[in-house]
Amino acid sequence: MEKAKTPLRERIIEGGLLCCGAVSVITTAAILVILLIETAGFFKEVSLMDFFADTQWTPLFSEKHFGIWPLLSGTLLTSAIAIAVALPMGLLAAIYLSEFAAEGVRKTLKPILEVLAGVPTIVYGYFALVYVTPILQKIIPNLSGFNALSPGLIMGIMIIPMVSSLSEDALHAIPATLKEGAFALGADKLGTLFRVTIPSALSGIMASAILAASRAIGETMIVAIAAGQQPRFTFDPRVPIETMTAYIVQISLGDTPTGSIAYKTIFVVGASLFIMTFSMNILSRKLVRRYRRGGS
Amino acid sequence: MSSNEAAKISVRNLNAWFGEKLVIRDIDIEIPEKQATAIIGPSGCGKSTFIRCCNRMHELVPGARVQGSIQLDEESIYDRSIDPVLLRRRIGMVFQKPNPFPSMSIRDNVLSGLKLTKSGRLKEADSIVENALQQAALWDEVKDRLNDPGIGLSGGQQQRLCIARALAVEPEVLLMDEPCSALDPVATARIEDLIHGLKDDYTIVIVTHNMQQAARVSDRTAFFLMGELVEYRGTKRMFTTPKDKRTEDYITGKFG
Amino acid sequence: MKLNTRRGRYTETVFQFLCLLAIALPLVLLVLLLADVISDTHGRLTWDFLTSYPSRKAERAGILPGLVGSIYLISLTAAMALPIGIGAAVYLEEYDKRGKLAALIELNISNLAGVPSIIYGLLGLELFVRIIGLGSSLLAGACTMTLLVLPIMIMSSREALKTIPQSFREGAYALGATRWQTVRQVVLPLALPGILTGAILSISRAIGEAAPLLVVGALAYITFLPSGLDSPFTVLPIQIFNWVSRPNQSFLENAAAGIVVLMAAMLLLNSFAIILRNRLHKRRYW
Repeated sequence: MEKAKTPLRERIIEGGLLCCGAVSVITTAAILVILLIETAGFFKEVSLMDFFADTQWTPLFSEKHFGIWPLLSGTLLTSAIAIAVALPMGLLAAIYLSEFAAEGVRKTLKPILEVLAGVPTIVYGYFALVYVTPILQKIIPNLSGFNALSPGLIMGIMIIPMVSSLSEDALHAIPATLKEGAFALGADKLGTLFRVTIPSALSGIMASAILAASRAIGETMIVAIAAGQQPRFTFDPRVPIETMTAYIVQISLGDTPTGSIAYKTIFVVGASLFIMTFSMNILSRKLVRRYRRGGS
Repeated sequence: MSSNEAAKISVRNLNAWFGEKLVIRDIDIEIPEKQATAIIGPSGCGKSTFIRCCNRMHELVPGARVQGSIQLDEESIYDRSIDPVLLRRRIGMVFQKPNPFPSMSIRDNVLSGLKLTKSGRLKEADSIVENALQQAALWDEVKDRLNDPGIGLSGGQQQRLCIARALAVEPEVLLMDEPCSALDPVATARIEDLIHGLKDDYTIVIVTHNMQQAARVSDRTAFFLMGELVEYRGTKRMFTTPKDKRTEDYITGKFG
Repeated sequence: MKLNTRRGRYTETVFQFLCLLAIALPLVLLVLLLADVISDTHGRLTWDFLTSYPSRKAERAGILPGLVGSIYLISLTAAMALPIGIGAAVYLEEYDKRGKLAALIELNISNLAGVPSIIYGLLGLELFVRIIGLGSSLLAGACTMTLLVLPIMIMSSREALKTIPQSFREGAYALGATRWQTVRQVVLPLALPGILTGAILSISRAIGEAAPLLVVGALAYITFLPSGLDSPFTVLPIQIFNWVSRPNQSFLENAAAGIVVLMAAMLLLNSFAIILRNRLHKRRYW
């Protein structure tokens, strides 16, 4: 028999394919290293105390303040509004798809709902600024032209599909025997839904909400267009604010010399953003794994 | 086995695992050249795993493992120096469900082994196609539509196409893993006829859960049960005077 | 006890209606808003708009550099992301299934898929623009976008590879084909339509991305077409962003017209992907 010489060609190809896969590992490593180095550089010039305790963020002014709270509050505010919209709407949508809709209807509605997530965020930003804010101003008289409310609402609509699709998976994973058990005890459909199905799917629903929140926190263009560029430590949804992402855009639009403190701030803000979204994504995955293990 | 029959494949102390699960244990068996050997046993007894060890397909499953020795013409196929890819060109295989390549024509399916491996024999493509299809008793049915997709044939024809495809590579051994289990009785009969003819040129190992089939096509039969080889004898003797009680119970239909 | 009273029947119907409303409302809203955008273009959407450069006068401004920039950027991104994405998917599905290295790669991919796009912008700014020294060029932008779309592309390619039944691979192996011969000649041709469908969908997402490219330094106002890989550039969404941020009402008309162009481009790509998917389903034999 011909002797084995796992042809060199085969090995080279396998090596090449492995390199393609390794790109993702390198990307992760590069993100971590870059954020870490620039953040370290930033904290050489600014103390941790100033970053976490100061309530002003004015790195471009002559009197510089580097307190993260204004950007953080802006980010949390818009995201909270988005979740307040997306969680109930997405959950109701998920309940409809998994409990009420016929299979055919479900198969048609799901991709249509996904369209909401496919619209470019720049378009949503335009909607928020040009349509939603003026309409809201008629209802809330002292609403500013830039505010947290309008982009928050629009962002909520954008992330509905994210909530609904994960929640639907979670509701779907509840074994039929559990529901039948409730029916057999005389519970009606709604009773079963609210006392058995939803509580059992709770960890999956939470996972969807957390993932959607993480998406809202990282969302950029909607808030950059419609929320304003005024970092202020407030939870008032009517006034202009600035989110972390919008701040990065603001600095990017200007001519910021490499190595300056302003340049470093975008990496510090980026690092904070990364830590927040990363830990939320991990938490969400853990919750999903829990219901997959326990549910089915 | 009588001494004038040369063993084509000889297996010693063969064990195979899926992950932690030992699926065949301590198999010793000699498979004679240019005869048909049937492997029978209830499902899950390890008979498919056994033949997949013979062409080193078992190890392709993630987590699968093999221990022991299998010799082909007195050469150990699990030796470090053996390339499983080259080995598989000497030991052909036909699967349970016909699996002609869906994107290829009948002709290309027959040639697929040569094309995949970029064989120099492609120069004689036409005669190879005719030859292989003749051997697989499919030529007369398809000679006028060689460029039609292979997937358009009936199940039985597809299976014979897969046999032709395996023969085109000119193997010495043909492993058949329940080749008729997805076919109707008529198609099954055709494949069984075919096996009778192929015995003259090839060493055939056929896994089947159908005892009548084993009795019809094979010269020797091995009975597997729960991963072990219970009995291995000439087919006639096996079905008339089984030695082991478990064999007797199985072939008389008491279980399985 | 009476068995014929349909307790809670009424509330159930109301609740079901509420659920349906949660789906319908945002969709209706989206349709209304899009209709508004189209009416807001006030006839700005002309051939001249597509073929003109931006201008300080809103009514003379066009979207050509953004359109061409988007096309260049997306083509470059696809040219880089497609081979790497397919390669990684093939490695994970066909070579190292359940291996330790594969597990590490998979973990990274699922984490990267959740990283906000603007972080990729920071990565691109530091890595491609500064360290590698590409500057704020078309190539730097395309490299950044490649890293951004890779996780989705790998995931969708893997799904496509997963649909190919194991029996075809085994058939090829049993004929003495090597792993690569099997992948290249049996698995990939069967999986390619599925892979391409997923790739087009992820690329069409990338067309709408503005944030990472802003960070990498794509210009918001540009009056020439990119001349090469090292050229400065802009893309449709950034051009739109530039017009939206101006207080002048007539620039908003330009933004609306730009949005229509952007949405039309995405619609075009998506319908292409859907056609491809339908043809794939028709051709599926297993």
